[in-house]
Amino acid sequence: MMLSVHFPYAATSAFRVLGVIAAVLLPAGTAVYVYLFKMVSFMQSRLGPMETGPYGSMQLFAEVGKFLQKEDLVPEKADRVIFKAAPIVVLVSTFLVYLAVPFGPKALLANYDTGIFFALAVSSLSVLGILIAGWSSANKYSLMGGLRAAGQLIAYELPMVLAVVGVVIQAGTLNMQGIVTAQRHGAIFGWHGIDQPFVLTQFIGFFIFMVAAQAELTQTPFDMPVAESELVAGYMTEYSGFRFLLFFIGEFASAGAFAALAATLFLGGWALPGVPIGADYMNVIGPLVLFAKMMIIMFVIFWVRFTYPRFREDQLQRFAWKFLIPLSLANIMVTAILKVAF
Amino acid sequence: MPVIPGTGLVKGLGITLKTIIETTKPKKFGGGAATVQYPHEKELPPIRSRGVIALREENCTVCMLCVRSCPDWCIYIEGHKEKAPPRRAGGKPRTVSALDRFDIDYALCMYCGICVEVCPFDALFWSPEFEYSEPHIADLLHDKDKLGEWMETVPEAPELEAGADKKKK
Repeated sequence: MMLSVHFPYAATSAFRVLGVIAAVLLPAGTAVYVYLFKMVSFMQSRLGPMETGPYGSMQLFAEVGKFLQKEDLVPEKADRVIFKAAPIVVLVSTFLVYLAVPFGPKALLANYDTGIFFALAVSSLSVLGILIAGWSSANKYSLMGGLRAAGQLIAYELPMVLAVVGVVIQAGTLNMQGIVTAQRHGAIFGWHGIDQPFVLTQFIGFFIFMVAAQAELTQTPFDMPVAESELVAGYMTEYSGFRFLLFFIGEFASAGAFAALAATLFLGGWALPGVPIGADYMNVIGPLVLFAKMMIIMFVIFWVRFTYPRFREDQLQRFAWKFLIPLSLANIMVTAILKVAF
Repeated sequence: MPVIPGTGLVKGLGITLKTIIETTKPKKFGGGAATVQYPHEKELPPIRSRGVIALREENCTVCMLCVRSCPDWCIYIEGHKEKAPPRRAGGKPRTVSALDRFDIDYALCMYCGICVEVCPFDALFWSPEFEYSEPHIADLLHDKDKLGEWMETVPEAPELEAGADKKKK
């Protein structure tokens, strides 16, 4: 741990649990208020919530209170156990992604050698949760939504992983901390002013990663699975109250998780240019730096979400298989050739 | 000129970003939202908006045309015949209709305005007043006194084309 005092194992575990809860909920809550409530309102030339708290800042707590008051309905013919477990599966996959993300030189939850591999693997667990949510609802719209989600998430998992391969080749490690260090120690033709965030060299990879993340999060323009005008929110149709709230948190927390991954892989993670990488105070500043970078990434995600209309199902699949995957394979080849050449 | 693919996408992002900037700009620099914060500030509805139907009681002759034309059957009229003094001295007393009840159930009304159109004596008017919601649905049945109060909110009829008769209030 970051402090020299020795803590018993239970205490460090409790710290980690609290830490991951804070890491999941703070960016999710901030994104909901800043982007979902306010930014989209400004985009539509209105002010959004203004009554609850200053500038409507307490609106989120009012919404959570509203959801908690609602009845937890389960459809008569639903598979009760699976129906109730599905939102938890989705949320747990988001929590697990945060495990591998470093927030500072020692402020991290788990330092896996194959950190990014782990993060991408557990992030695809949410497909399972969405699929069983759609299937166990005993509702044809939910089933359609669940199947669409499964097809889409599997299709876009591939370009995302392939886009990350480029970063991994350049950094020479799968360890998230190692990727941050590689960017901190990099330089642009000998100039160390902003080190070398991989977004500069892997800009095609960054583009593919962002598009695929948008699809993984089922945000517009890839929101076929939850298309509310045709599928009535897809796999979430039958959920109400607390379980809908879990899905809702899961949606924005996983937006935060993918933003954290993108910020670590492409924007330099928690490190600041010109600051020694092992400094103790970076354990406090690092999370804030990462949070700021996550907010920038999330701004782009929600900016795109609230600007574009929806892809048709066949266009969506064609875009993944015929454009993004060949592009990411080409990106890997070029990266590998340049890596060997330099 | 060939169109570069993706320019439309960038243009779309530009429009939303521009709207964010314009909405968040302070009012004195010409910014601000297109909407108003309703209970705190109010906008005047357009002059012809269909808020509520007002009644000018003295113009009503209990002809029942509005009741019969109402698609929702939401107008209730009751009246009786009265003897009125003759127009000329020594004449027969006239028979006039007096209005006992004129109720409109706004829980049923669909604001089609046929009653206003059909009224031959200009007794019904549209008013832009819209703030008359009630916690109980039965309270939306308004009687002729309440309908008469709304006459104050009826605006002057807008100018029509030259030579046409303006509807008098």
